[in-house]
Amino acid sequence: MSRIAGSGETSSEDQLRLLPSGRPFGSLYSGNVRAVVARGLKATWGSNWAIMASGFVEPVLFLIAMGIGLGSLIGTVEGPGGQEIGYIAYIAPALLAVSAMNGAVYDSTWNVFFKLNFAKLYQGMLYTSLGPLDVALGEITLALLRGALYATGFTAIMGVLGLITTPWALLMIPASVVIAFGFASFGMGITSFMKTFQQMDWINFIMLPMFLFSATFYPLSVYPQAIQWVIQALPLWHGVELLRQLSVGTFTAATGIHVLYYLVMIVLGLILTTARLRKLFLR
Amino acid sequence: MPNIAAPKQLTRTVITARGLTKKYGDFAAVNGISFDVPAGESFGLLGPNGAGKSTTMRMIGGVSQRTSGELAIMGLDPEQHGPEVRAHLGVVPQQDNLDEDLRVRDNLIVYGRYFGLPHSYLRPKADELLEFAQLSDKAKAKVDSLSGGMKRRLTIARSLINEPKILLLDEPTTGLDPQARHILWDRLFRLKEQGVTLVLTTHYMDEAEQLCDRLIVVDKGEIMAEGSPAALIREYSTREVLELRFGSERNTTVAAQLEGIGERLETLPDRVLIYTHDGETSLEQVSARGLHPVTSLVRRSSLEDVFLRLTGRSLVD
Repeated sequence: MSRIAGSGETSSEDQLRLLPSGRPFGSLYSGNVRAVVARGLKATWGSNWAIMASGFVEPVLFLIAMGIGLGSLIGTVEGPGGQEIGYIAYIAPALLAVSAMNGAVYDSTWNVFFKLNFAKLYQGMLYTSLGPLDVALGEITLALLRGALYATGFTAIMGVLGLITTPWALLMIPASVVIAFGFASFGMGITSFMKTFQQMDWINFIMLPMFLFSATFYPLSVYPQAIQWVIQALPLWHGVELLRQLSVGTFTAATGIHVLYYLVMIVLGLILTTARLRKLFLR
Repeated sequence: MPNIAAPKQLTRTVITARGLTKKYGDFAAVNGISFDVPAGESFGLLGPNGAGKSTTMRMIGGVSQRTSGELAIMGLDPEQHGPEVRAHLGVVPQQDNLDEDLRVRDNLIVYGRYFGLPHSYLRPKADELLEFAQLSDKAKAKVDSLSGGMKRRLTIARSLINEPKILLLDEPTTGLDPQARHILWDRLFRLKEQGVTLVLTTHYMDEAEQLCDRLIVVDKGEIMAEGSPAALIREYSTREVLELRFGSERNTTVAAQLEGIGERLETLPDRVLIYTHDGETSLEQVSARGLHPVTSLVRRSSLEDVFLRLTGRSLVD
């Protein structure tokens, strides 16, 4: 029986008595996240290519349209460290943050919504040794892999366009994964409340203004103070500012605050998601 | 009900439930049921839709938290030790939940990975199970190209990937045509021969009679009776049943004139049932009273009759 991981060994004197494994989190976790990830990769390989690509292409199109098109009118703007940078270099890291967000949100909301309500995939998974925490971490890892893939591709395009001027800029890739982690861990928890397609549209309703107004295309200072506070409370702004600082290698106290914001978001998101999966599946 | 001449290895209990209760608000889906399932037995939960069968199955699998009572699967509480318990369970849910994004053989392998089983074990095991489920030539097919019966067999094959000690089957043949059902029964019977403990819910009498060593009849979350199919029929019904149809308007009026024939009379909207030890003799008595039914049928008593007797209702409708 030892080949069955997470089984709790059967005791020798009586083959039909199971022993508890003593694993942390009891029924929630079996330590087998990688099986969930492997399943996701296998399933994605077969399908979903178009959707995967579209999530990557969208920010690239914005970069070209806004950066090159609008950028030729605007010229240079003030960068994070006070230096003058080209408009395209100003918006590129912001669009990278958006790209990480999109990848993570797509995977952790629409994808999860479908599996939860239509494919009944998780019901099947949870009848195996897997616990809800394995499933949540696995799905979030998949979202992160996608986020990392998008970020790497986008950073490469920035390089091709000559927008990478310092080695610090490469830190944008891991930072994008952190941003994706924050959105993915929350996205899955929020999706677990959704029952209909109409409710799922609310996610777009929040994402689009967040994308447009989180200091993506122009500095936060154009807004009145009250609006600034609202935007600073939202996650994307922290991602945009973090990547913008990394892109030119400028570090301030704010850098730490942005990272901290995401760490808190990740922890709260994981707690929410696991609690929700537990409520949904271990009723 | 004592198990007559049970072989020694059948005496060890793998599932113990005591006062098992599941409430949703004020509604008790399962209301204090107790039962034991010895290893190697084929144990049935028989009852109409909404009787609490599936809820009981979900609690055994540790994916539903009980409100009160005790439950031990091979000595462990599935609520506390879900992963450990489920490592030795195979589950065939009421609705197929195959992974439509994966091909047939990958469905088995990926599912096995959820148990943490290595590829070296899973590859030959998957082929063996495809053979068992008569799906070898479909190994690379997409799941949605399979027929209902094939999907069901694949679901059963999938549930066996971890060589479970206990197989939970929730309405295994609902929605299948008769031929597909017989193939499935045959496969389940082979598993039973291999010593797998089967726990199945059904509302099909013939299925329960074919597959179950012992069963509990549940209605409204409570156990109405317990025993082997034959013992239940012996206890709650007669050897034979005479079914008479006089036309829907006349059944009730004629029933009064049939008093005294057989042991017991049951009047249903579409027919009258006479419970008797000798159906032919009873039919002669009916004719002797000058009553001429449109159709008459003598059959052996079944679990359907047991259920009707216990609850006053028929099972399927």
